Amino acid sequence: MQINTFKTLLLGLLLSLSFVVKANESIEEKSDEKDFNVTDMIMHHIKDAHDFHIMDWDGHAISFPLPVILWTNDGLVTFMSSEFHHNDDGTIVVEKGGQKFIKFHEEIYYANDEADHGSYVSFDPEHHPTNVAPLDFSITKLVFSMFMSMILLMLIFGFSARAYNRSENGVPTGIAKFTEPLIVFIRDEVAIPNIGEKHYKRFLPFLLTLFFFIWINNIMGLIPFFPFSGNLSGNIAFTGVLALITFIITTFVANKDYWKHIFWMPGVPVPMKLFLAPIEFMGIFIKPISLMIRLFANISAGHIIVLSLISLIFIAKSIWIAPASVIFSVFISVIEVLVVAIQAYIFTMLTALYIGSAMEEHEHEH
Amino acid sequence: MSLALLQEAVSYVPFAAIGAGLAAIGAGIGIGKIGGSAMEAMARQPEMQGKLQGSAIVLIAFVEAVALFAVVVSLIAK
Repeated sequence: MQINTFKTLLLGLLLSLSFVVKANESIEEKSDEKDFNVTDMIMHHIKDAHDFHIMDWDGHAISFPLPVILWTNDGLVTFMSSEFHHNDDGTIVVEKGGQKFIKFHEEIYYANDEADHGSYVSFDPEHHPTNVAPLDFSITKLVFSMFMSMILLMLIFGFSARAYNRSENGVPTGIAKFTEPLIVFIRDEVAIPNIGEKHYKRFLPFLLTLFFFIWINNIMGLIPFFPFSGNLSGNIAFTGVLALITFIITTFVANKDYWKHIFWMPGVPVPMKLFLAPIEFMGIFIKPISLMIRLFANISAGHIIVLSLISLIFIAKSIWIAPASVIFSVFISVIEVLVVAIQAYIFTMLTALYIGSAMEEHEHEH
Repeated sequence: MSLALLQEAVSYVPFAAIGAGLAAIGAGIGIGKIGGSAMEAMARQPEMQGKLQGSAIVLIAFVEAVALFAVVVSLIAK
């Protein structure tokens, strides 16, 4: 037990070592260039991007290019994001199919005909770009992360299914030993108590998908090196779509009682009914919105905290801060391992709760 | 970003930080109360420890989420 804990800690320290090495390099090159902007760095890390930035080496960015897929006025245009040469302020123009594109703050726009101070972007008084943007279906960093997690999930559950085929008495073997308790947990502790014995089977696949998909994306976000580390479940569009699916399911499976309790709450006086109806109606939308923001905020905050602790080295401009910073970030990372599992569980549990409350049957009016 | 806008954005930073701090106080009180009550309950009924621990952790996650809502609002307001 003791040795195990020690090993785990050592592994954590080793993993964080990559940060220290990186920190050391960047300090040397950054200090004579310009002041290191922590907020910009953190925001860059938690946002989506058109290429997968791995590290800076000798002042050059090393990154993994990803395809840019645009639906423009003249149809489909595709090219690799490396053609922008890591440019993100609209000074490098990519010409494809007779059209010119620029990238500004990770958004792709049509380029202006003439450059203004080297930049092909024009701005309104509030400094938002006024260029027209094509529809962007690019495989961005987060889409790439999502494909990765899909493949991982398919492998994990494909192997689990095969493990059951192989075992003679239905006893889980191999990776199924890991997945079975979790599936049984979701069924017995989340689906059945919240939805009820009668209907739970219909929603179990959705709840399981939700739990494992969120969980694996959260975990992949915590791993700080190349194919992982995308802040997918800390992206509000991602959590928003998951919450939207929950919202649609809740709305469509809802029975008469559910709507009655929203628009004409039984058992309260009429003035109170009129007062409650708008509140309950807003509640329909607030529930999925709170689901969306809870997951987004928790995961983004986790990333921000870890990155801020690492940034302490840059802020203090001293390598001697590194040990404290690394120990703190290992500590936070260990807490985050717990938090990401809890957040996946909470999202699943609340979804089950909302579905359950929409299908609840009231035997007697109260 | 133009200079005037930059200055305006910068001047809100302390308020955003104060907001996040206030939220942290609230979350601290909330988590403290949950932890305290869970401890007390566990001391009274040690056989319920497992269940109490589980629900306490989930409740703490809920309280924490509220504080993080505030952090997000401060980030946006900044």
